[in-house]
Amino acid sequence: MKVTYPHMGNLTIGVKAMFGRLDLEVVEPPPISKRTLTLGVQHSPEFACLPFKVNLGNFLEALERGADTIVVAGGKGPCRFGYYGQSQAEILKELGYDFHYVTVESVDNGKDKFAAGVKALANGKSAWEVVAAIHYGYRKLAACDLAERLSHRVRPRERHRGAASAAYRESLEQIDRCRSAGEVKRASREIRRRFAAVPVDRERPVLKVGIIGEIYFLLEPYVNLHVEERLGYLGAETERTLYLSEWVKRHLLLAPLGVNPEHHYARDAAPYLTTEIGGHGRENVGKAVQYARAGFDGLVHICPLTCMPEIVGKSLYPQVSQDHGIPVLSLSLDEHAGEAGFETRLEAFVDLLGRRAVRERRS
Amino acid sequence: MRIGIPRAFLYYHYFALWRVFFTDLGCEVVVSPPTGRSILERGLTAAEDESCLPVKVAYGHVVALAGKVDYVFLPYMKSVEAKRYLCPKIIGLPDMIAHNLSGLPPLLRPEVNAYAGPDGAERAYLAVGAQLGFPRERCREAYRCGAAAQQEFRRLVEEGFLPEEAYARLEGREVALPAAPRGAIAVIGHSYLSCDSFVTMDLVGRLREAGYRVLISDSLPAAEVDRQAERLSKDMFWSFGRRLMSAGFHFGTRDDVRGVILLTAFSCGADSMVEPFIVHAAAGKPFLNLTVDEHSGEAGLVTRLEAFLDMIERRWSA
Repeated sequence: MKVTYPHMGNLTIGVKAMFGRLDLEVVEPPPISKRTLTLGVQHSPEFACLPFKVNLGNFLEALERGADTIVVAGGKGPCRFGYYGQSQAEILKELGYDFHYVTVESVDNGKDKFAAGVKALANGKSAWEVVAAIHYGYRKLAACDLAERLSHRVRPRERHRGAASAAYRESLEQIDRCRSAGEVKRASREIRRRFAAVPVDRERPVLKVGIIGEIYFLLEPYVNLHVEERLGYLGAETERTLYLSEWVKRHLLLAPLGVNPEHHYARDAAPYLTTEIGGHGRENVGKAVQYARAGFDGLVHICPLTCMPEIVGKSLYPQVSQDHGIPVLSLSLDEHAGEAGFETRLEAFVDLLGRRAVRERRS
Repeated sequence: MRIGIPRAFLYYHYFALWRVFFTDLGCEVVVSPPTGRSILERGLTAAEDESCLPVKVAYGHVVALAGKVDYVFLPYMKSVEAKRYLCPKIIGLPDMIAHNLSGLPPLLRPEVNAYAGPDGAERAYLAVGAQLGFPRERCREAYRCGAAAQQEFRRLVEEGFLPEEAYARLEGREVALPAAPRGAIAVIGHSYLSCDSFVTMDLVGRLREAGYRVLISDSLPAAEVDRQAERLSKDMFWSFGRRLMSAGFHFGTRDDVRGVILLTAFSCGADSMVEPFIVHAAAGKPFLNLTVDEHSGEAGLVTRLEAFLDMIERRWSA
């Protein structure tokens, strides 16, 4: 069994670690490139969202490299992500590929379905070994998220442009090389030291921007055109609604135990959106309100073009913005997104936030 | 008391129930006029530009009811059957409209949610009745009558009537299906799109004019939808998307179906997931994948339709 999976941000670091513990042979898809995108777009339905197309490209490139088993996560809707796997399999079969398909369903779509998906990948290991493997992958992802958060904090303040990004890249490579939980722990300490050593200007005024939107666009810099890095260079510290390790903890470690930490967003979303609409649609509206209350200078809402839940959100953010006095920039991107136009819009938005901040400080 | 119902989205699926429910309670039911240029224009102005055409049309219909009714009935249609949803935009529509349109009559927005069982749907109607001040027993009775009308509606649609024709018959008007000497063509697509003759530039009418019987995906009986869906490796969680897939499997292999049209709205997310299944299922027949949006031109549609019908002619005369 040669297992492959889709790319999503630093996911591959965690998945490689987890599958390695289960002694599964892994075919890592090549990093997302123009070619990945072209292949994915060529074989996808025109109106499929960009994550679907990128993932299909990942699978095509991994199958070329000899993968014979594709692992994806499932869902119960109504966001279309829950049916990605089946639609992609239909397309790949039609193209003549021969492969196995393992869908790990979310726990809330049925514990037995979740268990069946996990069992197909357990490779004969005991339940305890499987949990330990997931936990090891989680540890690596948590270390990645630590490095990423630090980079978002340091970048807008760094004295030498690029220092935070270099520290971040170095940290990811280090985490990827770790061979045990102990090494990951030591790496995390070094990551903190590495970022603390970056020379910064503490006097520089820094804006605070909240990033909300569709999960894949929050986590994958290739499709979000490195939005957080760009904002960092423009002088804004960013915080986003979702980090991968938290998602893994919630859905793969706690949910199977029946533990469901309460997320307090429904009440804040209620004046705008009264019911769940799939994906993170309602959660994002609630978090937008919370960011506004917490004094953020602005919000960037980012999602794939045609994203079903986020289009609903996008229709509501003008009202949220008006009610809470916080500027919101909505960006929908697809395979035709251009970097120049994107950068210009971010610059204009940060300029606007900067002028508002100066005005507020004076008054 | 006048209750306004926008002639959009779920109107094409549940108006039989809605009409009887409200008239039984003694309300007057006012439906917005058929989609036309001005309704579409008003929708385009108010709706988020990335929304699909049916959402924009729905905005226009709600605007068209302003000033003419005491309430607009615009339920959150979350789920109409166990373990399945409708599309996120349909679910969120009442909130989108409430926050983007002003000067509207009060909206009646119960949540129809049968995800956990059919009681969830009935509860929504009882809640609306209570909100309007009617006693619970009377609402229950009205809902029962409405549900019976809905069954009658389904029977007519399964016989081949379009939703509007079925509604006319339920109101006692005489409607007959036109003669179809050339056989049948399946139109797979959401009824709120395929049966809105303005936005589809009368696709169904044109096919009938050319001598074909039109089989819309909604004409498939629920039992057949279930039967066909059994071939899926994972059940489809959108009721409407599932119906489209089953229609693809069913019509794609039926001998009397001369050709298959897949009709989608530009940027429809749900259809993008089911499209590969339908395209493969209909591979043996003349097939037309037709996408419409607010910019669609009649000339383009007519040309494609002519080419499609020529293809059918050649295939079956040979």
